[in-house]
Amino acid sequence: MAEMTLVEAVNLALAYEMKADKSVVVLGEDVGKNGGVFRATQGLLDKFGPDRVRDTPLAESMIAGISIGMAAAGLKPVAEFQFMGFLYPGYDQIVNHAARIRNRTRGHMTCPVVFRTPYGCGIRSPEHHSESTEAVLAHIPGLRVVIPSSPKRAYGLLLASIRDPDPVIFLEPSRLYRWAKQDVIDDGKALPLDTCFTLRVGTDVTLVTWGAMVKETLAAADLLSQNGVSAEVIDVATIKPLDIDTIIASVEKTGRCVIIHEAAKTGGVGADISALVAERALLSLRAPVQRITGYDTIVPYAKMEKYYLPNEHQIVEAVTNIMEFA
Amino acid sequence: MEIVAKFEVPYYQYLNHEGNVVADLPAFAKDTQELIKLYRLMVLNRIFDTKAIALQRTGKIGTYPSTRGQEGVFVGVGAGMAKDDIFVPYYRDVGILVQRGVKFSDILLYWGGDERGNCFASAKNNFPYSVPVGSQPLHAAGVATALKIRKEKHAVLTVTGDGGTSEGDFYEAMNVAGVWKLPVVFVVSNNQWAISVPRSEQTAAQTLAQKAIAAGFAGEQVDGNDVIAVRDRTEVAMKKAREQNEPTLLEIISYRQSDHTTADDASRYEAKGTRETHWAHEPIMRLKKYLEKLGVWDDKKEESLQTECAAEIEKTVADYLQTEPATVESLFDYLYEKLPKIYEEQRDQLIQLGGQSHG
Ligand SMILES: Cc1ncc(C[n+]2csc(CCOP(=O)(O)OP(=O)(O)O)c2C)c(N)n1
Ligand SMILES: [Mg+2]
Repeated sequence: MAEMTLVEAVNLALAYEMKADKSVVVLGEDVGKNGGVFRATQGLLDKFGPDRVRDTPLAESMIAGISIGMAAAGLKPVAEFQFMGFLYPGYDQIVNHAARIRNRTRGHMTCPVVFRTPYGCGIRSPEHHSESTEAVLAHIPGLRVVIPSSPKRAYGLLLASIRDPDPVIFLEPSRLYRWAKQDVIDDGKALPLDTCFTLRVGTDVTLVTWGAMVKETLAAADLLSQNGVSAEVIDVATIKPLDIDTIIASVEKTGRCVIIHEAAKTGGVGADISALVAERALLSLRAPVQRITGYDTIVPYAKMEKYYLPNEHQIVEAVTNIMEFA
Repeated sequence: MEIVAKFEVPYYQYLNHEGNVVADLPAFAKDTQELIKLYRLMVLNRIFDTKAIALQRTGKIGTYPSTRGQEGVFVGVGAGMAKDDIFVPYYRDVGILVQRGVKFSDILLYWGGDERGNCFASAKNNFPYSVPVGSQPLHAAGVATALKIRKEKHAVLTVTGDGGTSEGDFYEAMNVAGVWKLPVVFVVSNNQWAISVPRSEQTAAQTLAQKAIAAGFAGEQVDGNDVIAVRDRTEVAMKKAREQNEPTLLEIISYRQSDHTTADDASRYEAKGTRETHWAHEPIMRLKKYLEKLGVWDDKKEESLQTECAAEIEKTVADYLQTEPATVESLFDYLYEKLPKIYEEQRDQLIQLGGQSHG
């Protein structure tokens, strides 16, 4: 057991699975000698050699497409897009091929690939390095979209993603990469995909979130408890496919639901969760569902990103308002 | 068997690293005032670069990509363009932008994390930066198409890094430029690294210049440490684009005398001593040696140039540091010509919350 950051836990899971399964191959821009720009693949080249840890030429469509071919041919590629804002050249390959090769071949061929990428704002990066466009991936049938929000979940969920027989987009919140350390046991135990994690049990309101906003949501839950409001905090973790049952069960208990995400509001995953809660738990609701999200703007450059990110006070205010609703 | 195609890739250099003339100089290079202008610009850019890195270290700007060792490339290309030509940059081409009306303080504004540093409002013939690697050559081809349709006698120039030549968009831009005979020049700034990946791992092709051959037009290599060669070959290629609608690829070779950006640590992948070996070829010393040999440069002139350039950069830094912060609502002001009604509420909320960020 060792104390480590989220990015170190990603590294640990990669090393574990590469050792356990010779078909796992890591590829991407600067993942070799440099160990990835965030050091997620640090040390892997020395341990596993250049056949299995491959620096690619600078081309994301190639990274996506070659991974699909490798996966269909029996390997388990774990490919890195350097930042989410640079995944898009690979989007055609992901949507038209990775997501549907099983379906197109009636299950004869599969695509057990993991596409990892750092995402989100809040680390004062340059333009295009702060995207939170998970919804454009979660929208695609055939994909899994998994987002860890702690070192332990990064380790367990990445192992599960690599072992999963279908394509997984693994989004790593760069704002949490080096935020809080946790003890992680390197025992190779995966955590379940397609399952929410209830981080805090409560009775008055259900706070639903994922990724880096888990940080502000937990802080808001602390503030709320000082005001005598008991918040249940759910980390969705796999945003596609949704574990809606856990969310519905919680809302049936609390009667209130606030969804918090960093991505722009319109067409965000929060809209889907809100619709499902309305469809399935309307009669349990004591107040309208609320969404606290990033604005419907381009993610601003570093100087203004603090105004873009939702904060814990906005969450507290939204909860306080609906507590008064009924 | 018969050979159906053969090709050649020329290499251009006028001044070698000892400052000796090795080929017939182009006309402008016979005017020492022109050479001193180029020299001054390279010195100014290097002083700016050192200052920008210092500002990053003290938190006054964010991540910044150094141009150290590449002054010959960007100063030479900028000098080879005409004012009415259109420039489509990537992100490291400061030395071109500042010759085209962009202020050094704007460049600090951009890397300081302020959108206003990307608008180049006072320098209209320049596109904004392009951080998504390899995407901008297509825009250059598009601009060239517009110029051609309107029969305007200007040309377009765009810069891509050596790594960027691996992106599909780069090939697609060259391909359409070849088929449509577009007035565009593709500059590849080959600084021999794409972050940690060396040029040899981007392509098995012997040169990057030869990629133009597959698109049906000429490609050439230019010594990027020889600012005379860079300016000359840019001028020739731009003229060919303007007058004959003939694209060109210029692979301009230098060496990245820095980490990729201030967020990078090249000691993880760059062999010790490599930078130092390449330093013998850096562009500023080379031209200085030549100017000294011509008897038009001496220590006194050097000293006063250094002082004058340092003062100019100090002033631009002061301008940057005194820039009033943008308004929070500017997040919404440029999304659409008119903000759709549904977003007005969000804009109001942002203004109301503007004072209580948690940053
Ligand atoms: C599409 C895309 N992929 C990845 C990146 C991250 N990235 C930024 S610069 C860079 C290397 C670029 O190298 P090169 O094209 O040689 O230009 P240089 O920075 O060396 O001038 C990479 C991989 C990006 N900005 N855009
Ligand atoms: Mg390069």
